[in-house]
Amino acid sequence: MSNIALKVNGRSHTVDVEPSTPLLYVLRNDLGLQGPRFGCGLGQCGACAVIINGIATRSCITPVSSVRAEVTTLEGLATGGTLHPLQQAWIDEQVPACGFCQNGQIMTAKALLDKNPHPTDAQIREGMARTLCRCMTYYRVQAAIRRVAKGVA
Amino acid sequence: MIPSRRDFLQTSGWLLVGVGAAAVTGPLTANAQTAGLPRQSAPGATAGPYPDPDFKQLDSWIVIRPDNTATFSVGKTDCGQGTGTAFRQMMADELDIAYDKTTCVMGSTDVTVDQGGSGGSDAIQVDGWPMRRVAAEARRVLLEMASVTFGVPVDQLSVREAVITVTADPSKHVTYGELIGGKRFSVTLTGANIDATTGAAKVKPVQDLKIVGQSPQRYDIPAKVDGSLKWAVDAKLPGMVHARNVKPPVAGATLVSIDESSVRRLPGFIKVVSKGNYVAVVCEREEQAIAAAKQLKVSWQKPTTPPFPASEDLFTYMRSATPTSSQRPNIVGDPDAALAAAVTVVEADYDVPFQGHTAFAPAHAMADPSNGQMTIYSNDMKSYGMRNGVATFLNMPRDRVRVVWMEGPQGYGRTAADDAGFEAAYIAKEIGRPVRVQWMRNEETAWDTKGPAFAVKMRGGLDAQGNLVALEYDARAADYNHVGYNEPETVLIAQLMGVRKATPAAGSAATPSHMYSIPNQRITAHVVGLPMIWETPVRTGNLRDPNGPQSTFAAESFIDEVAAAAKADPAAFRMKLLTASTADDSGFKRARSIAVIKAAVDAYGWDARPSPKPRGAGAGEILTGRGLAYSFRGQTVVAEIAEVEVNRRTGRVWVKRLVCAHDCGLVINPEALRRTIEGGMLHSISRALHEEVQFDTEKVTSVDWTSHPSLTHADTPEKIDVVLVNGDPNPKRPDLPHYGAGETTCKPMIAAVANAIYDATGVRLRRVPFRAARVLAALKEAGV
Repeated sequence: MSNIALKVNGRSHTVDVEPSTPLLYVLRNDLGLQGPRFGCGLGQCGACAVIINGIATRSCITPVSSVRAEVTTLEGLATGGTLHPLQQAWIDEQVPACGFCQNGQIMTAKALLDKNPHPTDAQIREGMARTLCRCMTYYRVQAAIRRVAKGVA
Repeated sequence: MIPSRRDFLQTSGWLLVGVGAAAVTGPLTANAQTAGLPRQSAPGATAGPYPDPDFKQLDSWIVIRPDNTATFSVGKTDCGQGTGTAFRQMMADELDIAYDKTTCVMGSTDVTVDQGGSGGSDAIQVDGWPMRRVAAEARRVLLEMASVTFGVPVDQLSVREAVITVTADPSKHVTYGELIGGKRFSVTLTGANIDATTGAAKVKPVQDLKIVGQSPQRYDIPAKVDGSLKWAVDAKLPGMVHARNVKPPVAGATLVSIDESSVRRLPGFIKVVSKGNYVAVVCEREEQAIAAAKQLKVSWQKPTTPPFPASEDLFTYMRSATPTSSQRPNIVGDPDAALAAAVTVVEADYDVPFQGHTAFAPAHAMADPSNGQMTIYSNDMKSYGMRNGVATFLNMPRDRVRVVWMEGPQGYGRTAADDAGFEAAYIAKEIGRPVRVQWMRNEETAWDTKGPAFAVKMRGGLDAQGNLVALEYDARAADYNHVGYNEPETVLIAQLMGVRKATPAAGSAATPSHMYSIPNQRITAHVVGLPMIWETPVRTGNLRDPNGPQSTFAAESFIDEVAAAAKADPAAFRMKLLTASTADDSGFKRARSIAVIKAAVDAYGWDARPSPKPRGAGAGEILTGRGLAYSFRGQTVVAEIAEVEVNRRTGRVWVKRLVCAHDCGLVINPEALRRTIEGGMLHSISRALHEEVQFDTEKVTSVDWTSHPSLTHADTPEKIDVVLVNGDPNPKRPDLPHYGAGETTCKPMIAAVANAIYDATGVRLRRVPFRAARVLAALKEAGV
């Protein structure tokens, strides 16, 4: 075990864990941030997504010791009690079914829109293609992303 | 003992403000309540035992608080369809209270009556009725109390939004909260069983329901998008440790020895727990348990005979196996004579492989053995069954076991056979500490319960006028020893420990569900078993409309094949079969079948013509076509149209557009229903295009999202139209029933996609899934 410093959602933390520990378990079990969730542990589904350096990162395959920049989790999207426009669009569009994957959907969509605020439908499909949902809410996820993209216009 | 009001509130599924501090160290800390959600149970507030809530007491169903709000306790679980919201709508309507003054508690065994949890899409259809009746009864009792308060008869009182007013003197009014808040109803209900629970009050006519039919937003969604919801995966207690299973490397392997020294020095190691062929490693931290389970050295003895044929040989095996059981044939008319006399006979075989639940997150649960009780924090869709099963499995009295239901990844039947809850409880009892168990991805995809594979043979006969005069359906389902609901004899941990049911479940093979009038029919169905039926990863359980997609793929593909042989438009051909009879059942399924097909065809803008679509000489790389299929499940009827693009060069199929006409009777929440329909259709498209459990003769080789692909954003249709139909011949009747929704949508979609591919290409695909390589091979073979 060793002490590792992390900045998450604007707060600094030091955790005493094995350096190879996936970031996901540190966020969930040490920092109590349970927006990111375990889905596959293989970086295939996106349930564990967090944003690091503007990139939607699979925290289940990211060793905690490799994290060099601030981590943003789902809990860190709202500012001053106001939901992020994507979160609001998710409610307006009533996107989630069970909702378990929606952390990955929202975080991946945020990284996508931060980079490209006005994606085409094809770019949305491509940008979201590796973020899975087994309730198959894709149609509404894409509609919610378009809502925000239009709102920003 | 009659509990005090304070105890009563604490055990009724929600906590008074201030009492909530009792849960600060509980697993639901900062739970959904902060986001406006009800507390699902009261961890730490009661140390047990946990007797069953009495369904004959109105207080078990409804609590009204002094602030004039109500909490409804519902013994169902919500797998993401918004059933909790729908129950609130129905009950608020009957009680006459504003929707936003209500909350709903679901699924925890100590605070809600055992309504079975979820399954069969029956929450609204079956449980909606007792919930409406108990809410109506509460309203009746409150009116009687107000009658005493004001000294006027009930018929001179009016109610609006939980305020009762003397009609003749509106200055005299009282709220529900003032009448009953802080007190028990102490009203006894009647009914032979929970589903039949009723008071003296009658439910309202449909025309008087004001909240039903509206679309309030689902109450559970805000906490799911801001990260505040505490899910079953988040359950945490002080002193909690983590366990991971070590599964046999090949099916049917016998444990020889465990070398505990291989993990003893690992950080956080606590114990190896093992009995029979069940092995788990317990560590302080989650990542430690994962590492230790990977590193533990276990010697296994392989079985002497293969447990199953390889998946590529499955259908040959199924067609030659001796059935373990056969349904009595359903024979109408004289199918042999009719087929012999037919001008055209069409024959076809259809194959559907095993398909997994492959839940988005693997099985998980946390169990707490404190105080001589066993509390399991679980997303089990049938939490009540888990409580009973675990009590038997651990040989504990039922009232010392409770399941606190929390949300989890989908349902679809997987959590009705909830292995992780049993495992967590077993390990917690062994080590005397709260234990969290979660399966790994490869474990879940390989070892979860599977929807049975089907091999179906069909024959049909047409007369000279192109009428379908004979139909034969003969199905074989690989479903022997179908896993039960949380049975202590069939959950995987029990199987691995050597428990065997005296008589394995017979399993079942579905037959078509349509209302076609065909004068001569032979409908037969058989179950076959794989060589190994215990401790196998290829074990069948209920997967979303358990056998419907398989049987309907065959039946509704075949109707299209026969229509093509008759050179008839597939929609008109179906309508002719439906209108050939005037007989109908009490649910008007024939009339409603006609109504949904008409509605789907209209919404799509159906171009009536035979399939396949004529292809011009200049056809390019992309071929397009449309396919229709229809089915009912229970009393719910759907017709679905898929429009596809088939890429001739790659074999890729894209379902570009979908239409669903859906009749489930009275609709409670149209917007939530639309989303349920959309998701159900896309799940079936995933099964149509991608999903198959593959295995060699030792083990399942589909173990992750690469080896077991699923539909993705890239596959999503461009446009989905959902038409909510009320095809009841008397659509305005005051007792219009509310039928189930969800699984019916899954039923015809695979056939609709196959029919659309045929329309586009003239190539008939009879083997699911229609992965690009299989489609390309079929196109090449046909010279398309």
